[in-house]
Amino acid sequence: MNRPIQPTYTLDKVGEENFALNLGPQHPGTHGVLRVVLHMDGEYILQADPVLGYGHRMQEKIAENMTYPQALPYVCRMDYLGALSYNLAWVLAVEKLCQFEVPERAEAIRVIATELNRISSHLLWWGAFLLDLGGFTPFLQALTDREQILDLLEEITGSRLTYCYFRFGGLPSDVDEEWLTRVLAFIKEFRDRLPRYHDLVTGNVIFHHRSKDVGVILPFDAAGYGLSGPILRGSGIEFDVRKHEPYSGYDRYDFEVPVDQNGDCLGRYNVRMAEIEQSLRIIEQAIGSIPDGPVRSKVPKLIKAPAGEVAMAVETPRGQLVIYIVSDGSKKPYRVKYRVPSFANLSIFAKMARGQLLADALAILGSLDMVIPEVDR
Amino acid sequence: MMDCCYIKEVVKGFFSLCTGMRVTMGNVFTRPATIQWPRKAAPLPDRFRGHIMMLANDKTGFPKCIACTSCARNCPSRCITVTGKKPEGAKKKVADRFELDFTKCSLCGLCVEICPVGALDFSRDYAMASYTRNDFAAMDLLQGLGSPFKDA
Repeated sequence: MNRPIQPTYTLDKVGEENFALNLGPQHPGTHGVLRVVLHMDGEYILQADPVLGYGHRMQEKIAENMTYPQALPYVCRMDYLGALSYNLAWVLAVEKLCQFEVPERAEAIRVIATELNRISSHLLWWGAFLLDLGGFTPFLQALTDREQILDLLEEITGSRLTYCYFRFGGLPSDVDEEWLTRVLAFIKEFRDRLPRYHDLVTGNVIFHHRSKDVGVILPFDAAGYGLSGPILRGSGIEFDVRKHEPYSGYDRYDFEVPVDQNGDCLGRYNVRMAEIEQSLRIIEQAIGSIPDGPVRSKVPKLIKAPAGEVAMAVETPRGQLVIYIVSDGSKKPYRVKYRVPSFANLSIFAKMARGQLLADALAILGSLDMVIPEVDR
Repeated sequence: MMDCCYIKEVVKGFFSLCTGMRVTMGNVFTRPATIQWPRKAAPLPDRFRGHIMMLANDKTGFPKCIACTSCARNCPSRCITVTGKKPEGAKKKVADRFELDFTKCSLCGLCVEICPVGALDFSRDYAMASYTRNDFAAMDLLQGLGSPFKDA
């Protein structure tokens, strides 16, 4: 098994075997409207050019034309699978800018909800990634468990996907004890089901052959391309915003940052599976130590941020999200910049895909876990 | 030596497939997780965010809305149109027109939160479908409520 095989053809030599192949804009393997122009030599990829912008919605410009609370529902629409992390990032950025206080109970509930959201995102990735590799059963297994998380989140937020649950200074509504015990019950049940996931996929010989040593990212490249999240950690670099720049009280909880040294698709898979377990640990600790008290502090109804600038980094399921706001003292932000993880993570795809088989390119694309509306935003 | 490793790998791989197959076969004996909508419906949580609806004043049966337009001004997608006037002899305004452009609405719920008199609430209606978008372009939320202006 000596992979990757470097083809000897060049781009300008168009022959019988050399052709351009459009992967997308509508292709089940791209999980959204991403188009990749693949220059192929038979089954091997000579060059991959991602074409972006099909889902461009001017998110940054929209936020600049909205008041601070109005932009809240828009932020969640960028990454619909990890919407609460985005919600949290926007809320934290404005709170940092205006120096609002957040009650501890609200912080704990924010952590519980965000980690549940992270698990649901990883579960969907798990199913979709294996669907890309040709296994259908994992997808149904993952969605069955994800459904329970969505039910739990729907109960407190009122929505299943675009939650929009956090507000400046806390939360719009408290959660009751019964909900917290149901989350604990879910965690217990889910822990019992996790070994099944590993039985089904992690030890599977076909899966190993498809993912081991495919799409290797060296630590040097991972840092150079600005990758973040499970992809960076899958390349052996231990960096997690939750650990290294704690926000919303993450420093109170004891959790590990899973790292895999291999940097291939299997490494990224292992990191995400370990992350699910760490998220469960965080939720357990947060529920165990949740304080009583109010969930919303006094915040003016009309928010006028003081002039200045703020940058807030948050660890979303896909990596590091930075929201940068410049305020001129009015009720609308003067400039908003989103540094989204998927965009940076996609940038290395062209390098990784070179010399790979077409089927492996889809495995790589799946292992990057991208949300295309987030890339285009 | 090489052959021995190869056979070992084949046997190991075969067992890994069997382990996975056991999970798949185990599912044969579990109950389906799917709920057969529309014959059965999943329970709707209390905080479900459907489209907004206008609440009626308990005493008069008129809409609670005082036409302050703070919902319309705070709406991110500008999908609420509200006007109101004072009924004869009354101190406060009452809405005579409250339209929701549901094609634009993103169901964020900021209008419900901002309403000073608590006149708006989320509807529990989720199975909405139509052949034409005009059905949702101007939903009249005052429908079915009393109005002090009807007789005039």
